[in-house]
Amino acid sequence: MQPANLLLLTIVLSMVAYGLGYARSRSLAMPMGGIRHLKSLPFYYGARAALWCGIPALLVLGLWAAFQGKVIQTLIIGSLPQEMLPASEGEASLLLSKISNVASGSLPPGFAEAPIVEAAERLKALREQSRMFMTTLVVSVSVLAGFLGWLRVRPALNARTQVESILKWLFFACAALAILTTIGIIFSVAFETFRFFQKIPFTEFIFGSQWSPQTALRADQVAAQGAFGMIPLFTGTLLISAIAMLVAVPVGLLSAIYLSEYANRKVRGVVKPLLEMLAGIPTVVYGFFAALTVAPFISNFAASLGIDASSQSALAAGGVMGIMIIPFVSSLSDDVINAVPQTLRDGSLALGATQSETMKKVIFPAALPGIMGGVLLAVSRAIGETMIVVMAAGLAANLTANPLETVTTVTVQIVTLLTGDQEFDSAKTLAAFALGAMLFLATLLLNVVALKIVRKYREQYD
Amino acid sequence: MNTMNPTIAKEADHQEIETVTPVREQPEETIIEEGKTVGEPFADNAKFKLRDVNVSYGDTRAIKNISLDVAKNEVIAFIGPSGCGKSTFLRCLNRMNDSIEICKVTGSLQLDDQDIYDRRRDVVELRARVGMVFQKPNPFPKSIYDNVAYGPRIHGLANRKSDLDDIVENSLRKAGLWSEVKDRLDATATGMSGGQQQRLCIARAIAVSPEVILMDEPCSALDPIATARVEELMAEMSESYTIVIVTHSMQQAARVSNRTAYFHLGHLVEVNETNKVFTSPEHELTESYITGRFG
Repeated sequence: MQPANLLLLTIVLSMVAYGLGYARSRSLAMPMGGIRHLKSLPFYYGARAALWCGIPALLVLGLWAAFQGKVIQTLIIGSLPQEMLPASEGEASLLLSKISNVASGSLPPGFAEAPIVEAAERLKALREQSRMFMTTLVVSVSVLAGFLGWLRVRPALNARTQVESILKWLFFACAALAILTTIGIIFSVAFETFRFFQKIPFTEFIFGSQWSPQTALRADQVAAQGAFGMIPLFTGTLLISAIAMLVAVPVGLLSAIYLSEYANRKVRGVVKPLLEMLAGIPTVVYGFFAALTVAPFISNFAASLGIDASSQSALAAGGVMGIMIIPFVSSLSDDVINAVPQTLRDGSLALGATQSETMKKVIFPAALPGIMGGVLLAVSRAIGETMIVVMAAGLAANLTANPLETVTTVTVQIVTLLTGDQEFDSAKTLAAFALGAMLFLATLLLNVVALKIVRKYREQYD
Repeated sequence: MNTMNPTIAKEADHQEIETVTPVREQPEETIIEEGKTVGEPFADNAKFKLRDVNVSYGDTRAIKNISLDVAKNEVIAFIGPSGCGKSTFLRCLNRMNDSIEICKVTGSLQLDDQDIYDRRRDVVELRARVGMVFQKPNPFPKSIYDNVAYGPRIHGLANRKSDLDDIVENSLRKAGLWSEVKDRLDATATGMSGGQQQRLCIARAIAVSPEVILMDEPCSALDPIATARVEELMAEMSESYTIVIVTHSMQQAARVSNRTAYFHLGHLVEVNETNKVFTSPEHELTESYITGRFG
């Protein structure tokens, strides 16, 4: 049976176990005079039986599915004749994919050597066996554990505390999964970054002001000598993000203030969803809005003023990006402003403060941490945004602070470095990981600094 | 004033023996006539002149045709069961109901013969003259100094830092808080005890030198000792301010006020000298309330 089907089967078995456990607890309770003589509600007996039935089986299933591939591969490689044994890891994976191609029938056996065809037969047999074993093992574990769970349903058994503690561990496992994934991502990026710095010196990457990652693919190829200086990319990112924040923070914050303090309920009911709709528009749509409408408008307007502007500009990309992230600022700020207690507003108004004085002197400081949270979210969104920049700001890595020129950002370069056919050990592709690591560090730093600022200036109400 | 309590108790016993039908079984309409108030609702030296005041929230009438004078430098207490409209009425006096969209106030409300609800009336100026202290202490999450200085700063009452310092010190002194906080004016106000916070709110209200101070159940969130301090404070303040206090505690009303107004379901039932209200109430609803029959 396939692992997916097996998973379904286990779930069904657990449900059966739930029903049986539930029924058994009830039937045990009835002669005693009702379920109040049980230590826990019948639901908990059922849930306990279901967990007993499901969790060990799922563990076995998971472990088996995780390791069977590796075990089978080792067995296959080990069974090959001496002269076919692969010398390197790369050769081994080539050989294995050839064997599995033969086994799956996509490579006709006539095209492969005899030992490979034999190995393919063995592979098929092994896979079949493995699947058989797995099915029997999982089903028997599930049934056995479920039966045990069912058998041990007694009125004196406190199923509730057991279920609660199992659930606690289940939740912990989910939380741990998210953290482990993050750690995994960090390590994989860090590893590739390390390999990059073996090829390109760290200082050149950090302080270099030239970015042109065109390296020769083969030794005999004529190509520009690659330059990997990240400064133009980071200034580009900073420039575009700064423009975006210049648009998003004032507009978002002021509209949040309007919505929460001034607008009546009717207006608020219409405007807030409309504003939040801005966040739902796909970035590609913003991208061509920026590229086809805003960028030409800016360059024409600049030309009419006698200023030289390129047809793709940081201003166009940043401005449109700013509009896109307005809802991040406004929606979150609106929520935190609303969360400031009404008593503080009343206190200020009763002293004769106007609405705007109250806003400026009492509500804003009290809501500052939440507002900063919204702004930070918007900043990370601006830094991470790729599509609008590709379409409206261009790909040329210019080191400039002029918003009318074309610039590029870190994320855009990562995309261009990794799209298309690439070899994964050239400096060019590894540079993408280095850029990613730097971006990660930069946003982390930003978060830490912002947290410090908020801690310093917040006015805590309770 | 405490000697009054036995009298009340005796009266209550008397009442229960005499009247056969308990008050709460009678339909209210037969007892209360709209706009008719027993006692002496009017005064000669009126600070507030309030006539035929009606307040409604949407379709619900919260205040029904109330007329009342608040005299200069008196302490008047509003008492009555929960939901009788006394807080709503209080909040009309400095237009704190403005922020509630569906709230509608009609009738004539005058402060020193000027209409409070006039379209051209400057609310900022009104609220500078009529300060307010709320039920729950609501200090701003700022330093103690900044809390008191908030009002003076808004109204430009101090030209120099030293003037502001003086105002803050004086206000805190009047609120009886100076000796407790003079060494930690920069500490955040939310770290103080509930009673201190409420006295800070009083200092904050005093700092703009208002003529009237409205107090909406100022002691309901405080312990007995803090309550006693705030009540002492009110007695001192009554020399220089007109005070309108809403309270649920009849003992408090008896201790601090000159006159007492009894509200019932949006009606102003009776207004009289505090002494008189608690010893010989004229209206039977007032009597039932102060003897603890309902409320």
